[in-house]
Amino acid sequence: MNSASRRLRLFFLAPAWVVTVLFFLVPMGIVGYYSILTRGPYGGQALPLTAESYSRFVDPLYGEILLRSFWIAGETTLLSLVLGFPLAWFLARSGPRRGLYLQLVMLPFWTSMLIRIYAWVFLLRETGPINAALVAVGLIAQPLPLLYNHAAVLLGLVSISLPLAVLPMYSTLERLDYSLVEAAADLGARPWETIWRVVLPVSAPGLRAAAFLTFIPSLGTFLVSDLLGGGSTILIGNLVQNQFTTARDWPFGAAASLVLMAIVLGGLLVSLRRDEDLL
Amino acid sequence: MKKSWLALYAVAVYAFLYLPLLVLAVFSFNSSRFTQWEGFSLHWYGQALRDEQLLEATGNSLLIALASTLLATVVGTLAAYALWKKPSRWLSATLSVSLVTPEIVTGISLVALFQVAFRFFRIPLGMHTVVLAHVSFCLVFVVMVVLARLRTMDHSLEEAALDLGATPWQAFREVTLPLLGPGVVSAALLAFTTSLDDYVITSLVAGVDSETLPMVVYAMARRGVNPAVNAISTLIVLGLGVLILLSQKLESRT
Repeated sequence: MNSASRRLRLFFLAPAWVVTVLFFLVPMGIVGYYSILTRGPYGGQALPLTAESYSRFVDPLYGEILLRSFWIAGETTLLSLVLGFPLAWFLARSGPRRGLYLQLVMLPFWTSMLIRIYAWVFLLRETGPINAALVAVGLIAQPLPLLYNHAAVLLGLVSISLPLAVLPMYSTLERLDYSLVEAAADLGARPWETIWRVVLPVSAPGLRAAAFLTFIPSLGTFLVSDLLGGGSTILIGNLVQNQFTTARDWPFGAAASLVLMAIVLGGLLVSLRRDEDLL
Repeated sequence: MKKSWLALYAVAVYAFLYLPLLVLAVFSFNSSRFTQWEGFSLHWYGQALRDEQLLEATGNSLLIALASTLLATVVGTLAAYALWKKPSRWLSATLSVSLVTPEIVTGISLVALFQVAFRFFRIPLGMHTVVLAHVSFCLVFVVMVVLARLRTMDHSLEEAALDLGATPWQAFREVTLPLLGPGVVSAALLAFTTSLDDYVITSLVAGVDSETLPMVVYAMARRGVNPAVNAISTLIVLGLGVLILLSQKLESRT
């Protein structure tokens, strides 16, 4: 590379470096520092350095929040994979219109997440259309408490994660050599045997990517559990938000953020192979 | 036989994805404020469009999205070009990590940064802090889209320009950038919609003068039944839908 193109490269990369260092790395560094400070008497944070904020996750109260987040993210991942796989299969095998069908799956993903969650709030609340319809038909006498519970949060998470699960599964299934499936059938495999022993092993990379893309955002969600859980389902994201706003315990909130980040980075390392990159 | 079951299943999944939004939209045209259909009316649209707070928030949102899209697109396009010429593991890794960082963590880390900025430089929260936050989280989307476009592009023209004595800058400016045009526009549209839609980070770094549309929608949704929220939501989804379709159209046109 000659000096002109080296200078040009510097000029091209510098702005992006400034943005990522100033507005991503430095803030994360500050959070890391705050997480080992002591909470001041009036909020705020001060010396001395301590690991106390981290040790609070041993407390059953906060340990439970961590476990609950893992549990619901796991449920979301499982449901999204199980519900998404047949759809991905359908898309991959639906001929020349599959591009359009795929776009139809991805469109909700790109439109407002806030509004999609609000739509579920609207549907599920006691005076909402579902309850109104059930009462009108005479199936129930009193409106059901559909909102503000674990199931409502799970429903919201699955509806948001599903397109993200379908996309990578679709792209591996699209490249799947269908003659393998036919060969298995010709050799006498039952349909479920073909799926279990031929299709699933071949589409493993897609499944892994789908699991990562659904598990990580679900684990770190704030908005879904906030609006659909309404305080009944506190997850790590809500804990972080609460410590930085109402509780004003920044060191603890910072520690919770870093625990969350550690899990996310762990997941990233596990699910990306050495030769794969996100960018 | 099996095929038709699968198609039926697909229809059910599409219903699961679209019905909530559809029901929301239907009830935005209900003349009653309760969930009992009492006739078609544009009353809630009228109320939404006369709401001062809502109009101001929409203005703020558009201004923020415009400014942050412009900055993120310029910075991101330059970076994508440089990364395509010669990969930089560190920048790619940092951007990837920022992509998977939960929004709430990004949000509180920026709160911490801006608090430090206030303590030492007396910089208060406001539109500018929101714009900076948005540039930061939109950047990776721009880099991703532009990089993907660069990787599928035909580069013989740029090589020809360099062989004929163009400087690297001239080759970029006169040859590659014009060819990259649709990719850059689709990246910008993606950044624009991402910025318009963000609630979690924005609500944390916004000042008193910088309330955005999602913040108003969130507050109204929390307060309870108000069909005006349905009306605004329907308008937002339609607006975003058009932008997304436009962006995908541009992306598929190679």
